[in-house]
Amino acid sequence: MAEAHPVGFQWVMEAKKRGAKVFHVDPRFTRTSALADTYLPIRAGTDIALLGGVVRYILDNELDFREYVLAYTNAATIVSEKFADTEDLDGLFSGYNPETGSYDHASWQYEGQEGNTTVRGTGKERDSASGLEHESHGEPVPAQTRRDETLRHPRCVYQILKRHFARYTPEMVARVCGIPEEKFLELARAWTENSGRERTGALVYSVGWTQHSVGVQYIRTGSIIQTLLGNMGRPGGGILALRGHASIQGSTDIPTLFNLLPGYLPMPHHADHPTFDKWVDSIRHPGQKGFWGNSRAFAASLLKAYWGDAATPENDFGYGWLPRMTGDHGTYQQVLNMIDGKVKGYFLLGQNPAVGSAHGRAQRLGMANLDWLVVRDLFLIESATFWKNSPEIATGEIVPEECRTEVFFLPAASHVEKEGTFTQTQRMLQWREKAVNPPGDARSELWFFYHLGRVLREKLAASTKPRDRALLDLAWDYPTHGAHAEPSAEAVLREINGFDVATGRPLNAFAEAKDDGSTAIGCWIYTGVYADGVNQAARRKSRHEQDWVAAEWGWAWPANRRTLYNRASADPEGRPWSERKKYVWWDPDAGEWTGYDVPDFEKTKPPSYRPPEDASGPAALAGDDPFVMQGDGKAWLYAPSGVLDGPMPTHYEPAESPMRNPLYGQQANPTRKIYEHPINRINPSPPEPHSEVFPYVFTVSRLTEHHTAGGMSRTVPRLAELQPEMFVEVSPELAAEVGLAHLGWAHLISGRAVIEARVLVTDRLTPLRVDGRIIHQVWLPYHFGSEGLVTGDSANDLFGITLDPNVLIQESKVGTCDIRSGRRPTGPALLDLVGDYQRRAGMPPDRKVPIVTTDVLGGENAAGSTDEQTPEAAARDGEDHA
Amino acid sequence: MGLKTFIQGWPVYRQLTGTDPLGRGAAAQSARSAELTARTETADGVARSVCPYCAVGCGQRVFHKDGRVTQIEGDPDSPISRGRLCPKGSASKSLVTSPLRQTKVRYRRPYATEWEDLDLDVALDMIADRILAARDETWEDVDDEGRPLNRTLGISSLGGATLDNEENYLIKKLFTAMGALQIENQARI
Repeated sequence: MAEAHPVGFQWVMEAKKRGAKVFHVDPRFTRTSALADTYLPIRAGTDIALLGGVVRYILDNELDFREYVLAYTNAATIVSEKFADTEDLDGLFSGYNPETGSYDHASWQYEGQEGNTTVRGTGKERDSASGLEHESHGEPVPAQTRRDETLRHPRCVYQILKRHFARYTPEMVARVCGIPEEKFLELARAWTENSGRERTGALVYSVGWTQHSVGVQYIRTGSIIQTLLGNMGRPGGGILALRGHASIQGSTDIPTLFNLLPGYLPMPHHADHPTFDKWVDSIRHPGQKGFWGNSRAFAASLLKAYWGDAATPENDFGYGWLPRMTGDHGTYQQVLNMIDGKVKGYFLLGQNPAVGSAHGRAQRLGMANLDWLVVRDLFLIESATFWKNSPEIATGEIVPEECRTEVFFLPAASHVEKEGTFTQTQRMLQWREKAVNPPGDARSELWFFYHLGRVLREKLAASTKPRDRALLDLAWDYPTHGAHAEPSAEAVLREINGFDVATGRPLNAFAEAKDDGSTAIGCWIYTGVYADGVNQAARRKSRHEQDWVAAEWGWAWPANRRTLYNRASADPEGRPWSERKKYVWWDPDAGEWTGYDVPDFEKTKPPSYRPPEDASGPAALAGDDPFVMQGDGKAWLYAPSGVLDGPMPTHYEPAESPMRNPLYGQQANPTRKIYEHPINRINPSPPEPHSEVFPYVFTVSRLTEHHTAGGMSRTVPRLAELQPEMFVEVSPELAAEVGLAHLGWAHLISGRAVIEARVLVTDRLTPLRVDGRIIHQVWLPYHFGSEGLVTGDSANDLFGITLDPNVLIQESKVGTCDIRSGRRPTGPALLDLVGDYQRRAGMPPDRKVPIVTTDVLGGENAAGSTDEQTPEAAARDGEDHA
Repeated sequence: MGLKTFIQGWPVYRQLTGTDPLGRGAAAQSARSAELTARTETADGVARSVCPYCAVGCGQRVFHKDGRVTQIEGDPDSPISRGRLCPKGSASKSLVTSPLRQTKVRYRRPYATEWEDLDLDVALDMIADRILAARDETWEDVDDEGRPLNRTLGISSLGGATLDNEENYLIKKLFTAMGALQIENQARI
């Protein structure tokens, strides 16, 4: 955090000054470690084992915040007797289908609900990254479940969790993670002692957690701990994701993502959502508790914002015009399709995949096989110049005279040359005023896309083709101003906020959304950002003039709420858990919720409210159900549906690991998304042979002085001077073992690439004793590429493509490699070296990666069987990937 | 210059007699630095802005004069950052005023070895033509069972996390209306 989010880290230091104890877990000792009370080095990819150890410590010692857990979580709920745990099945849960590499969730359900659900094989949900829709939208779970308030029933969630993590002992944590037992116990003690009525603890993570083949389950494990300890929805608690781009939160809420529409409405699937009604019902689950019950109004209002007058109740608001998903259309599938010649044109909008995405060579070869590419950026980044300056030019894989890709580079406006909002990592929108005009041909994306739409509509004006109606009927009449006819960002923000169609009055809250076409809302969770016709995101009341919650600086969704689920900061009766941790509470005299923040609860619903039997939607939430977006109003320690790779987190080894999984026969996540493509060779891991060809673990992260793929930092003289060169950090022990000299050169080889870097020998990295052997880890910054003021090889070139099944994010925080002294070869000799490693490691182009490595399912999928068609390939054969 | 003026101009004298006994402020100031004026004081205006790098959302004050950015500083009013900026945020004036920034459209013809110039309006028109052609070539009305698809898989887009919400909104709205499904950004990586 001190490295990549230094200004945010000042608040950790403030907390430390007031007595908070700071623990830092990282494979490498960083500036954060230097300022923490305790630093725990960890083997990359083993966080579930560490956190699972903490869960076990809490449950074994009954250190959970019992009143909170009983009232606000599903700990007491009884699970189906059909459920079988990874402890029973050697690392698999019940319901695993080796043919599809995915789970049927029926046996994971609560008792009595096994037949009631819509759950099925989840291979399709994985392809459309829709697993988490169920977690955010709430999977259909009944309002009334069978519970055991004593938590003694052997099949209640509490006991199931306890058995699941029983073997995650301090000894096992040491064996898997390389963290000494006493250090682990120090962490577990401090965390539990600092939680409860009087105290709260916070958990902070970055992409060190998300970029794994089990990334979602990392975060689930953190959530389980924070929920058991009563740290959710309370001041000083929670889980904070430190995101890495100025508006990456905004571009998720108003998604430029294939599987989502604004406000987390799913992009329709051709088979599951044939009609508007079916689509809406898949979001709201009729009869279910919670605020998603209103999603028909959110969906109708979005389509009304898209298609204006052309969106009517009679035509389902234009639902038929929406493009349909048929499977995986994510960025990595796209890149492989580019290599296979299926994609014609590609836009890059302030992103530099040649350096920033996993498997840089695949990225660049994909771009070299397009008809046309449009790059909009401040600088000539690597993704704009791959056809004349890239590693593949040196190896002869890309020859400019033979590369047909037509490239348009359009200069972009910077953040001071346009106005608009960024949404920062705590969901807060801040409006930026424009300072100066963009230079020359530079334009905002707002200008480019508005005018591109205008030109497309002009060209199609005479068209009678049905496919063109969606463009021609689009509501696209934004006011413009200035010499370049810049569209009004405020007008767009008003549309995002939503308005009453008849009067144009901006809506104040998403509760005003209607499903009859009388409201238009571009992104329902942002409704209120233009409340009372005022740009609330532009508010800049000084921190000196308001309290510590600072509710009048910017605007946070939803409803300017700064802490989500803050009803949980009060006890079931609505009283603060303690005076010290007072935040939101019930005022019985006024008959409403009040406090320092906007209550995340219906304002006048008393704690004693109990819903009538037939209630649904928000009305079905009881007065003590704080988790208002969940289908049962409870925080889930156990997820009966939704998380595709298991109802509880389980330690699996990374897709590339030098070690056998010490906990289960199942080596790696059995539901991870793999792509068997000749370009995507995955290094072998145990129990496969030849893993010793790539004996070292490598991980990557950011430097304080650079930003992501370097497009905004290697181009800036001061930053380039502060970190001028690509380097690799190695421990003194590894340097001695391999023969690396400090400040000398080394090259690193994976099954995809070889890159070179200057050597920094440092005890910031330490060899770890893991499962009776020594594991060496090396660290690299991933910022470097071939353009800019300072250049170097790209660390991301080393990675293959393996994805988390829930969100299709790639595992690019851990992989295996070899490291050798000296510079890498150049030209064709470079390809020969990679080819030599591929040969020695047994990695032919058509290699099948074994998915199931336990024989618990019977002989056919036994460990090491690599001849069979893999589940993933079988799944792919059965589906339309177009 | 009289003797009195000379003595009074002597830093030690100023340190002993003035308000700065430690000699770290007014007493140590040279005539040259006394004459300097901060760029922030001579600016035509200041825009309240936000740092463009990570997602912490530090407040920035962007000072400008004669249509050029002259200084970018942390916003002391911000409850997030309290006026602080990290090395990257502090360098953001160098980012936006960098001589390496491209201000002209660049065009690479198929099989070419060098860039060419291209007029912005022409580029926009050519891109629109290519979108329509790619869309026509790869359009899918329905699947094998006659269910609607309404899409093209011939067009992809990547990026959005460095852009404004309003921009992401228009990007998604336009691509969705043209049937382009393969829209992705940094949140996927």
